[in-house]
Amino acid sequence: MPRVDYDRELRSLQDDLLMLGSMVEKAITKAVDALKRRDIETSKQVINEDDAIDDLRFKLEDKCVEIIATQQPIAKDLRVVFSILHMAVELERMGDYAEGIAKISIMIGQEPPLKPLIDIPIMADKAVALLRRSLNAFLNRDVEEAKRICKDDDDVDNIYDQVYRELLLFMIQDPKTIQRATYLLWVAHDLERTADRATNIAERVVYMVTGKMAETNSKYMA
Amino acid sequence: MNKRDDQVNNEGTATEERSLPHRRVHLHSEHQQQGEQKPADMPISISIQGLNAYYGKFRAVKNITLDIKAKQVTSVIGPSGCGKSTMLRCLNRMHEETQNGRTDGKVLLDDEDIYDKRVDPVAVRRKIGMVFQKPNPFPTMSVFDNVVAGFKLNRFWVNKSELADRVELALKQASLWDEVKDKLNQSGMALSGGQQQRLCIARTLAVEPEVVLMDEPCSALDPVATLKIEDLIRQLTSKYTIVIVTHNMQQAARVSDWTTFLLMGDDRAGELIEYGETKQLFTNPKDERTEAYITGRFG
Repeated sequence: MPRVDYDRELRSLQDDLLMLGSMVEKAITKAVDALKRRDIETSKQVINEDDAIDDLRFKLEDKCVEIIATQQPIAKDLRVVFSILHMAVELERMGDYAEGIAKISIMIGQEPPLKPLIDIPIMADKAVALLRRSLNAFLNRDVEEAKRICKDDDDVDNIYDQVYRELLLFMIQDPKTIQRATYLLWVAHDLERTADRATNIAERVVYMVTGKMAETNSKYMA
Repeated sequence: MNKRDDQVNNEGTATEERSLPHRRVHLHSEHQQQGEQKPADMPISISIQGLNAYYGKFRAVKNITLDIKAKQVTSVIGPSGCGKSTMLRCLNRMHEETQNGRTDGKVLLDDEDIYDKRVDPVAVRRKIGMVFQKPNPFPTMSVFDNVVAGFKLNRFWVNKSELADRVELALKQASLWDEVKDKLNQSGMALSGGQQQRLCIARTLAVEPEVVLMDEPCSALDPVATLKIEDLIRQLTSKYTIVIVTHNMQQAARVSDWTTFLLMGDDRAGELIEYGETKQLFTNPKDERTEAYITGRFG
């Protein structure tokens, strides 16, 4: 006995989540690109566009509440709905990181560059790749890929450590660089958190498919 | 506070965050908490072993093996015609009262086979009481006499001086006393549907059974009366083992500790597909057929 409306509503939740993911992916890429090119106008655009991300997140939450109230999903359906709710929050927060990076770009303005931006764009590429992969794992219900994503987050952490040490060194050597170095440290931190949140999405994929809730370092992810 | 402060304050620095151990998510079952019994250690009330039930040549229930835990609520769910009620009726030898009804296999109550030739079915039904779908108080009897009928029907001897106390106790256990204490001599039929059903539960409890079988006890009741019966079921588990057949899956999820899912096989006999803790069965069933049924995709 197919449940046509119900299944359509579940699919629509999934479509909205993927749309939200793609908006966030675009925002992060755009924010880091604007930072690199010192493009204040694009940074302002990223800030303005965050409202659309927030709106879609609330729309998704509303839909989840409605489907719980009217369709009483259980078992895997219930896990899908709750995972989507959780993922929507993760994505919205990633959108805030993109907005944060755009605000930093504006604060940096036309100050002379501390150093050529190399590691931060690499971090951004890797974080965005993890995000894209986590959404694909969600779409394909791919537990193994989700587990790999959690492991691959270490790459981003390692670059972050490297950027952190490097910026600290700048600050020690020349206190005049503290402000500019701190700005960049915030950017790196935002990207590190973005990657972490991509792994949170991957963990939700594992829960959604297997029913097991676990952090990436638990035995369930081994 | 601007967003940046918010981020730093809420999340700490990344270095701090990574140096902290990852937060642990509780995966273990509630039973593993200190002092609670693990499911495997729970005492068994009824052990069903290779049970088959027939109507003449037709086998309605096929090879069911299942342990019903003592002082827990076990629900039996499944689509219409899957043998839920037949299985339930086998647990107190009511099935054999049906025309051409017969069973094979064992049903052990406290390690004694209720189908042993030496066992009196009436004695079985005193230990394993039953509540039916439609409230069925005796129409010509008062509320009081309806409960007393529970003793009489089950040849349960009660001293006359104790009778009123026993009736009161049964009505209290059935959460009905406060509503009927002033009208004990009125007809049982004058009560509302939900009260009638609780009267039937009181009648069953009067003889102090070990197990109470309930065959869709709320299907003829309105939502408020249904919730009252569900509350009552939860209260009764301190003293009784309860097995409830229900069409209402949300009800099974709400009231039971354990859930059994039956499904009709190719030969149209009901088979046990999955049995487990209710929480597990409704959140993460092991069998795809259970998943399809409880999510409403067939049945």
